[in-house]
Amino acid sequence: MNEFIKRFRSSLETIDRVAAESVFKEALMTLTPIEVVEQVVVPALEQVGAAWEDGSVALSQVYMSGRFCEELVERALPPSDPDRKHQPRSAIVVLSDYHMLGKRIVYSVMRASGFELFDYGRMDVDALVERALADKIRVLLISVLILPSALKVREVCARLRTAGTGIKVVVGGAPFLFDDQMWREVGADAMGRNAADAVTIVQGWMGEMQ
Amino acid sequence: MNATTMNSMQRTLTALGQQEPDRVPLFLLTTLHGAKEVDLSIEEYYSRAENVIEGQMRLLKKYRSDCLYGFFYASIEVEAWGGSTIYLPDGPPLCGPPIIRRPEDIDTLQAPSVMDSPCLVRVLEAIRGLKGRVGDTVPIIGVAISPFSLPVMQMGFDKYIELIYEQPERFERLMEANIAFTVDWANTQLAAGATAICYFDPVSSSTNIPRDLYLKTGQQVAKRAISQIKGPTATHMASGRCLPIIGDIANTGTAVVGVSVLEDLSELKVAANRRVSLLGNLNGIEMRRWTPKQAEAQVKRAIAKAGRGGGFVLADNHGEIPWQVPEEVLLAIGDAVERWGRYPLDWTSDWIDPASA
Repeated sequence: MNEFIKRFRSSLETIDRVAAESVFKEALMTLTPIEVVEQVVVPALEQVGAAWEDGSVALSQVYMSGRFCEELVERALPPSDPDRKHQPRSAIVVLSDYHMLGKRIVYSVMRASGFELFDYGRMDVDALVERALADKIRVLLISVLILPSALKVREVCARLRTAGTGIKVVVGGAPFLFDDQMWREVGADAMGRNAADAVTIVQGWMGEMQ
Repeated sequence: MNATTMNSMQRTLTALGQQEPDRVPLFLLTTLHGAKEVDLSIEEYYSRAENVIEGQMRLLKKYRSDCLYGFFYASIEVEAWGGSTIYLPDGPPLCGPPIIRRPEDIDTLQAPSVMDSPCLVRVLEAIRGLKGRVGDTVPIIGVAISPFSLPVMQMGFDKYIELIYEQPERFERLMEANIAFTVDWANTQLAAGATAICYFDPVSSSTNIPRDLYLKTGQQVAKRAISQIKGPTATHMASGRCLPIIGDIANTGTAVVGVSVLEDLSELKVAANRRVSLLGNLNGIEMRRWTPKQAEAQVKRAIAKAGRGGGFVLADNHGEIPWQVPEEVLLAIGDAVERWGRYPLDWTSDWIDPASA
């Protein structure tokens, strides 16, 4: 399995779509689609995410990796497939910000890891709280790039908490990376340092929520 | 020259010449704080050059920075291309919807004329006004977003990454148009009185693209653009990493590199090898909650790591101090530079980084 992961990760980092597809298909010859996702795709994306964090892989590689994986998994494991994860109802959003790349990457990596989630696009605080409550969301992933947006997470968390829904909030984006105390300060439940982190965090919560 | 009598220009030029001036230059890159100084909203503040001139002059006096910053906000360049700006009450104005909606739009894209763009003319008026106030005593920093990084605002970062990897011909077409614009924009700012141009190029950062891709794209674009800019440039990574490519950046002909707090200043100084000076790398995001004592410790740390021998200008690591950073922290940074930044920096020989002690 390690060999599959290594080859798959290498194809992702070199932006070699053909090689990635070839390794993916090869893995499907001995594994079920969900096994390929869990045993090859997720570990490879985790490694790519960790490599971005330590500076050895760049954002452009992370983005293209997520996109390739999302396409491959989409074909092998359509949204209606019963093997898709039994997950808490989740949504992702860019809060009061117009920088969409981070959310796009996390969305791709979550879907490539077998998750289905609502993509709320960009929203301000009022609209987000209203929509998350109406959709009965259990896990909300919030992406931001600029500092004022990061600080607005505080209001979102406070209002969701007041509503007593038990929604868990995971945040990510540059302000949280440059100040590792900020996610607690704004009342989030967790902070993802990279896209694969978001998968790990939500997976960890799945047990608690069942 | 008597080291005790240096003005900001002399101090900065000495440092950039890889010599030790009287003290470490401080480039406190405040922009939005100018609106607070003249008691205007951010949108009102940027609507008239006079506001920015007054704001920058008050900031210069208050915080004892060694430069004036002619930068308004990044999306002003995209306004010139037909884009729009979204103003926030408490943060940098943001770029509106992309002007390149489909890759095919690039085929007919034409660079705008700087002098026909009222928004850019306003910036030129501000630079001219600042120059009139300080002459050659204080460096005035103009800003041009690099042709390689401008497309993040022109078309969105995700679509731009796809363009770089998947449509090399259209990418080149876009770079041609952008280089023409950036060179014109930088040179008109220099003609208006800017001392140097801060060439913001975060996409080239190792945080955003791998080195091999940088050498084929961002570095080539930088060489073509910087060689046509008729004045010194500082290439800024806007918080992104650059240690693996700092020698490659020096090869573009730039004089200064704006570096990130994610990398160690001592390592960067060694890697720069006196070929480029360093600008940085205080954490502007954390700065919001620093105490004056923490501000002093961070200033001391940066100076200890990179100050000796010149070639270093203290600044934040992003190229803009966030609106949320309080006055007392900015004042504490100025005090700490006065206290710890005087050459010779003999105290640094015995300094032990508290983080590693």
